[in-house]
Amino acid sequence: MTGCQPLLQLSGVSKTYADNTVLDALDLTIYDGEFLTLLGPSGCGKTTVLRIIAGFEKEDQGQVMLDEKDISILKAEHRPVNTVFQSYALFPHMTVYDNIAFGLIMHKVPKADINERVLEALRMVRLESFAQRKPHQLSGGQQQRVAIARAVVNRPRLLLLDESLSALDYKLRQEMQIELKRLQRQLNITFVYVTHDQEEALSMSDRIVVLNKGKVQQIGTPREIYETPVNLFVARFIGEINQFDGHVVRRIDDKHVEVVAEGADWVVKTDYPFAANDKVHVLLRPEDVRLTKPELAANTVHIEGHIHECNYKGKTLDSYIRLSTGTKVIASEFFDEDDPDFDYRLGQKVALQWITGWEVVLPYEQTI
Amino acid sequence: MNKQFNQFRFWAIGLATSWLALFVLVPSLMVLVTSFLTRDADFLIQYKFSLEGWKSIFDPTFISLLWDSLSMSMITAVICLAIAYPFVMCLMGLPQRWRGIVLFLLIVPFWTNSLVRIYAIQFLLGKKGLINETLQFVGLIDKPLDMLYSQFAVIFGLSYILLPFMILPIYSSMERLDFKLLDAAKDLGASASQRLMRITLPLTLPGIIAGCLMVVLPAMGMFFVADLLGGSKHALLGNVIKNQFIQTRDWPFGAALSILMILLLSFMLWLYYRATKMSNREGGINDSNF
Repeated sequence: MTGCQPLLQLSGVSKTYADNTVLDALDLTIYDGEFLTLLGPSGCGKTTVLRIIAGFEKEDQGQVMLDEKDISILKAEHRPVNTVFQSYALFPHMTVYDNIAFGLIMHKVPKADINERVLEALRMVRLESFAQRKPHQLSGGQQQRVAIARAVVNRPRLLLLDESLSALDYKLRQEMQIELKRLQRQLNITFVYVTHDQEEALSMSDRIVVLNKGKVQQIGTPREIYETPVNLFVARFIGEINQFDGHVVRRIDDKHVEVVAEGADWVVKTDYPFAANDKVHVLLRPEDVRLTKPELAANTVHIEGHIHECNYKGKTLDSYIRLSTGTKVIASEFFDEDDPDFDYRLGQKVALQWITGWEVVLPYEQTI
Repeated sequence: MNKQFNQFRFWAIGLATSWLALFVLVPSLMVLVTSFLTRDADFLIQYKFSLEGWKSIFDPTFISLLWDSLSMSMITAVICLAIAYPFVMCLMGLPQRWRGIVLFLLIVPFWTNSLVRIYAIQFLLGKKGLINETLQFVGLIDKPLDMLYSQFAVIFGLSYILLPFMILPIYSSMERLDFKLLDAAKDLGASASQRLMRITLPLTLPGIIAGCLMVVLPAMGMFFVADLLGGSKHALLGNVIKNQFIQTRDWPFGAALSILMILLLSFMLWLYYRATKMSNREGGINDSNF
């Protein structure tokens, strides 16, 4: 599904508003047919990237290449790129049909083709019977689908979606996520999706670009981003993560080092060329934490702590543990319905462990 | 407290209502009744039923007068629109705080009595007025231009006085226009002129209609503009009415004309109401309307 042909290339793109650097020499390659998500906190520059690709904003520096042609000089109305806006931006004075036909009329598509393509787009988003409604007579989800149909009917090379699902409620958002994936496969159009919702990014994307302060932090598949974050920002932004600070004691082999963290000696797996005394962060996802009774862990490496709080989450039980060193840890465990002991008293003493290799070790960063 | 508030409401609304009843409704009814009475040279009116006043309306000379008045008002509205719309579009390009300042500057002259400002225009357009003197001084013309006491002068004066009444409604509808829609249109391939014709104009139509009404309606009644700038030839409906009461002393006819004008204006307001209601239903104003 994901071709290897680069479709769009941003190189050294910078954008500054007044004194505020929104994008800082950004490099990004988008491949033909992929579902790429730009993920980051508000103000990270992700929407600006979208607006520069669409042509609503002009980059201060750098180059935007589409199909190896420089489109920096091209006006928004001449770019083979369409946008689904966060607020949908449907034309309130036009029917659903006219909204969808708008782009085709602007591009002087023959009348007979217009009708056919609009009906096809309506079918695709399952709104055939709503063609003559006005946007305000539709629900949020339906408006969303009209906005998508209005964009894809033009058969753009690139479809830009600006936080397009954020206005919908949880259940509808889930449905639309699946719908978007389906549409993307069906149309084989490259999607660039902007969101601050990491869950959405993980579940929909072929690749995720994590942005912060106008810089790319990491580019990778959802799995790479989640399992091997390259820095603390990415680790913390995507999902929950526990952080232990420590230092390297010695190198064991080319993949493993011994680390002292939270008062215990751990063997951890890492690709970084750490040497003795290097300060490191050991990061661990809550679902990778193992809690046992202290007496069962007596002969193995573990950290002790007390249960501070328990949160029943339905699928999982989330326990908040305070270690003897003061560090707080979250552990998320699946229920074992057959285990009558599976529950914790508040204040109960537990031993915390994990399986070597499940942790992420990063070089020490000045605490953010 | 609630009781006090209720009492306050009773008196406040009651006072306003009685004021309007006493000084608007009663006089209007008197005008209505007058229009059906008989003209009298000595006592102005006789208390005798007659349709003479209404018959005079169908007098061809009067109909052509009415037509002149209406066409002058409409030309004024077209001129105001042609100036106001581009003006507001430029205004929208300014940063928010500059817009306020520009609108303020626009309104400041209107704190001066309009009669005084019409005298100023008289001074500008006159044979020895500022424009003629300047043009002669520069050498563009040999003889002064005949600008004053013409239809041009009346329309010029009306346009000047009424321009803000066109700008403000257009500005308010333009301000409510969601500029994301223009981005969306651009994204879908619409050029600047297509965006104007297909998005901006239709969505600011309520403002345009409101502006046109707010220009046309008063323009028909501003007799002092026609008196001072048009001389005797270029009368507005307001002048005709004034003349019937003060000079010709045909009160029933004047009253019938007044009623006619009220009906005409009400009809236009009703059209406007329908237009805005329709565009509200279409979401043309903004989301808060439904």
